[in-house]
Amino acid sequence: MKVPLRWLEDYVDISLPIEELTRKLTFAGLEVEALRYVGLPLPENPERLEAKVAGLEWDPETVVVGEVVEVRPHPDADRLVLADLRLGTEQLTSVTGAPNLFPYRGQGPLAEPLTVAVALPGARLIDSKTGEPRRFEPATIRGTLSAAMICSERELDISEAHEGVILFGPGSAALETPEPGTPLADFIGDVVLDIAVTPNMVRTASIVGVAREVAALTGSELRLPSLDVEMTGPPTADMIRIDIRRPDLNPRFTATLLDGIEIGPSPYWLQLRLLLAGMRPISNIVDLTNYVMLELGQPLHAFDYDVLVERARASGSEVPTIITRMPDPGERLETLDGVDRAIDDFTILVTDEMGALALGGIMGGGESEISDSTTRVLLEAAAWNFINIRRSTQAQQLSSEAGYRFSRGVHPADAPRGNLRAIELMRQLAGGTVYQGLVDVYPQPHHDSVVEMPFGEVERALGIEIPREEVIRILEALEFGALDDGDMLRVTAPDHRLDIGEGVIGIADLMEEISRIYGYERIPETQIEDAIPPQKGNPELETEEAVRDLLVDLGLQEVVTYRLTTPEREARARKTGSEPDARPFVELKKPISEDRRVMRHELLPSVLEIAETNARRDGLAIFEIGQVFLAQEGEDLPEEPRRLAIVMAGLGERGNWSRGEPKELDFYDLKGTLDGLAEDLHLEDCVFEAAEHPTFHPGRCARLRVGGEEIGVFGELHPRVRAAYDVPFARVLAADLDLEKLQAAIPERYPVHGISSFPPVVEDLALVVDDGVTAAAVESCISRAAGDLLRAVELFDHFRGEQIGEGKKSLAYRLTYQSDDRTLTDQEVAAVRQQVVAAVEQQLGGRLRS
Amino acid sequence: MLEEINQAEREALEALEAVGSNDELQAWRSLHLGKKSQLKQQLKNLGRLSPEERPVVGKRTHEIRQRLEASLDARRDELEAARIEASLAAEALDVTMPGRPVRRGRLHVSTRTLRRIYAIWAEMGFQVYRSRDVESDEYNFQLLNFPRHHPAREMQDTFHTTTDDVLLRTHTSPGQIRVMRENAFDADGTPRADPDPIRVILPGMCYRYEQITARSEIQFNQVEGLAVGRRIRMSDLKGTLTDFARRMFGQDTRTRFRCSHFPFTEPSAEMDIECFLCGGEGCRVCKHAGWLEILGCGMVHPVVLANGGYDPTVYSGFAFGMGPERIAMLRHGIEDIRQFWANDLRFLEQF
Ligand SMILES: [Zn+2]
Repeated sequence: MKVPLRWLEDYVDISLPIEELTRKLTFAGLEVEALRYVGLPLPENPERLEAKVAGLEWDPETVVVGEVVEVRPHPDADRLVLADLRLGTEQLTSVTGAPNLFPYRGQGPLAEPLTVAVALPGARLIDSKTGEPRRFEPATIRGTLSAAMICSERELDISEAHEGVILFGPGSAALETPEPGTPLADFIGDVVLDIAVTPNMVRTASIVGVAREVAALTGSELRLPSLDVEMTGPPTADMIRIDIRRPDLNPRFTATLLDGIEIGPSPYWLQLRLLLAGMRPISNIVDLTNYVMLELGQPLHAFDYDVLVERARASGSEVPTIITRMPDPGERLETLDGVDRAIDDFTILVTDEMGALALGGIMGGGESEISDSTTRVLLEAAAWNFINIRRSTQAQQLSSEAGYRFSRGVHPADAPRGNLRAIELMRQLAGGTVYQGLVDVYPQPHHDSVVEMPFGEVERALGIEIPREEVIRILEALEFGALDDGDMLRVTAPDHRLDIGEGVIGIADLMEEISRIYGYERIPETQIEDAIPPQKGNPELETEEAVRDLLVDLGLQEVVTYRLTTPEREARARKTGSEPDARPFVELKKPISEDRRVMRHELLPSVLEIAETNARRDGLAIFEIGQVFLAQEGEDLPEEPRRLAIVMAGLGERGNWSRGEPKELDFYDLKGTLDGLAEDLHLEDCVFEAAEHPTFHPGRCARLRVGGEEIGVFGELHPRVRAAYDVPFARVLAADLDLEKLQAAIPERYPVHGISSFPPVVEDLALVVDDGVTAAAVESCISRAAGDLLRAVELFDHFRGEQIGEGKKSLAYRLTYQSDDRTLTDQEVAAVRQQVVAAVEQQLGGRLRS
Repeated sequence: MLEEINQAEREALEALEAVGSNDELQAWRSLHLGKKSQLKQQLKNLGRLSPEERPVVGKRTHEIRQRLEASLDARRDELEAARIEASLAAEALDVTMPGRPVRRGRLHVSTRTLRRIYAIWAEMGFQVYRSRDVESDEYNFQLLNFPRHHPAREMQDTFHTTTDDVLLRTHTSPGQIRVMRENAFDADGTPRADPDPIRVILPGMCYRYEQITARSEIQFNQVEGLAVGRRIRMSDLKGTLTDFARRMFGQDTRTRFRCSHFPFTEPSAEMDIECFLCGGEGCRVCKHAGWLEILGCGMVHPVVLANGGYDPTVYSGFAFGMGPERIAMLRHGIEDIRQFWANDLRFLEQF
């Protein structure tokens, strides 16, 4: 809402500096987003205002009010005239091509001089061609010196208009014409506050609404505009009938009639106010519907009454009837913006017997709009259900000033106010006679909320005792009714607000009003007095964070990726020809871009894409923990299990002057990472077994099971999957784990072993077995055979070669034996070794390598 | 006789001066102190001397022997010291050459920021409660006092899914209802007579239908907070959030509260903190205002309390919501929010 200060001052005196006013409004919930200085000097520290500040200052010496006393033809140019100007005692001539001065050319001295804005040499203005500021300098144009310039709106940075110069026209109550030579800034200089109106505060989408807030915040008095109308015509009720079919959607409809108007431009003061408030002046009647909407917040609609009469006659009646109703199937309407619209079945229409006239509360139709030849105006001011209006504006994708206000809720009591205010202004500015009486159909009178509020509630809710008189002052300044009834305050909501409830909701609504006007900054800072609730912790989060920490300790960088993706992107992580992902996705109805249109099924593809992002690096080791989204048959909401994905590729360490060639990461680096994770999580019964999966190399893929439960798969990407990603790495390692199962496998407690004080015996044992025998089988065979004395088994060498024969491999283990209660003898160790070798021979068909 | 052994001592000591290595030291030792040395010979010949001379020469010989041995030890130490000195010089390193890098991992900056927020709130008794990303219209809007077609919905551009009334949550506030209902009702839906007060924070990923630019993202983390109890006042909201701000941004941090609007709180406010970069003097980050907008907050709306199963005539509460990415951007001078999910390791490794 753009609020010109001069207009605001019609309704409230403002004693505060603009900076202070801005701050007060912003802190009270009317955020002043921008300040536009029109002609007035800009503040010295605009940043401190915390609002965008812009504008052009008019130098009081060189930008002044002047009078054109005569317009003479230019001796050498048809498209130019010479305007003789009077500025106080001074007389100057301006050479100008302004078309709106041409009608005065050659009339001799004007009986009524034209009041204009004049720039003198050195004045800083906006260049009408470039839009940039520049200084005006006198120049000789076609042989005649132009000593001053008569300004257009564009040159003064009032609007973009540059078709002619500003002609202020005769003075009025709103804009008294000053003496020539007066600084222009003193005459029309202004500051426009641009206020962001929150959805609950549509009452401040009007100048009076803002004035009311200013009055409450500063203690000034609010002056409401007069609603007196000079009504001298015949009864309006004989001229129009109103039929409301859906009072729930259209609770009130009012009409007045004005006969004998003359359509023409609005006086300049009105045009200027509309311009500064962000609306384009059109003609007096239309401008006044807009003016009163901006002033009071009540949107209005003016019909050409004679069009309605013609339509009524065509349907066989003398008196037009306005019917507000739901649309007939297939009903259409061409709105003022020239769009032929199909009407949704929930959109309420303003119609007559012939059909649709307007989208109720949103926009009028083209046929019945005001034209240059209109002489009789039927002025409508109505009330509409805001939810319904919003639904219709959304469905029609139609934004209008009326729709904006009605979709946020305009009180039905505003309808007669707006109507009376506007019809009287129309009468004054466009002439004519107002018919007797306001036709007012109000089948469903609005009940204004009544709130019973104990005074103690203020302290209970806000934590501060605000004096009773101050509470009442605040509420009354906002036009609430406030009845002091002992310990209870009986509050009635004002008849311009729909956002106040009753009961506990009403009390909360009043607390907001009281606290924001009293000032949030005056509420103290206290500590919660209630006891701290039972502390339950969040074990699921705690172990998740523990997994993150361990992976970081193991040298992995965490990433966080988009949870929106596409099925195609996920399919890249499976080799072609594998079973496609047939599970349904959670899919966006209207994605912002095609490559983010479903919620992911899998985590690993997202992390693989990050490997692509970082493909220029020598190597990387990254992981992510996050949700995937699995739509469930028969359920609206998907399951959102959390997963863990790891990707490693390239060099395992950064190159360094002192190290040899760094080694490329391979399967066993990833496995080592998972070993480390399993060890540090103290997982019991961890089993790695060969596996197959469409993402992975068939010979380099493993499954991790903990306690028999499958946690996930990992390995080297299948070469065809790797090729689907734009990465320079020969091998890409990846793990895709079910985080929740992993967390479930973490034991709550784990014991630690005492440290034996007896020396260990360490022995190396090289065993030759068939290639097909896994290391895990050998190790478990050793462990079982060696019994309690075996403390550690470590595979330290792996060898294939002629010496040991075709199809064989040698696995060298370092075995550590130790006892808690004695030093082991050579005989004891020898006996264990014999058991181990015998077991390997018998169970695995292996032998001791000699 | 005496003269001879004194001469031998002088010669031995002179020779020792010239010794430069352990081997030479060994040779010197056998020459001057060994079996064939002059001293040993003298001692063997002691019997030939007169009884008067014998003790004098014997004593003197013993003295010389001790002196030579002491000198030998001293010389050996000298040589050892010189040898170590020489090898140390040869072992000197260029200490300015770079160290060997250790491969280490790091947490994502969002995780780091979230954890800092968790930790501060945990100390104030606020525990973490997480809920789902894909939500119903009912939980994301209706129960939070955004009726259908309500204008307040315009404040949150929403990703709807192809299932009616299923959307990507626009804020973590639906968790407020979920956590209240968990406390207010038994598993079978029976209302509890005296539900526990609540202090939780609700972190999670949220989604908004917005163009991805340097300033806006389609997904972002949010941390909401909720305190519900029998006597919670707006002054408690101010005090608690100011405590948080001081822990998060420094003990001298000043806060201010501006009136704002959220359908699920009333009164509602925005909390600003005095810019921690310029101390309120004005800088580029705070756009010269001296203040930074940090979070939205307010007293829980009675409709929301009632929807959560808490009687608004008995209970009151406050709620707040902040964006960890925004906080991280302010703290680290990050100018482009897209860097968070782009995951360029050169960005992530700086934290
Ligand atoms: Zn700053």
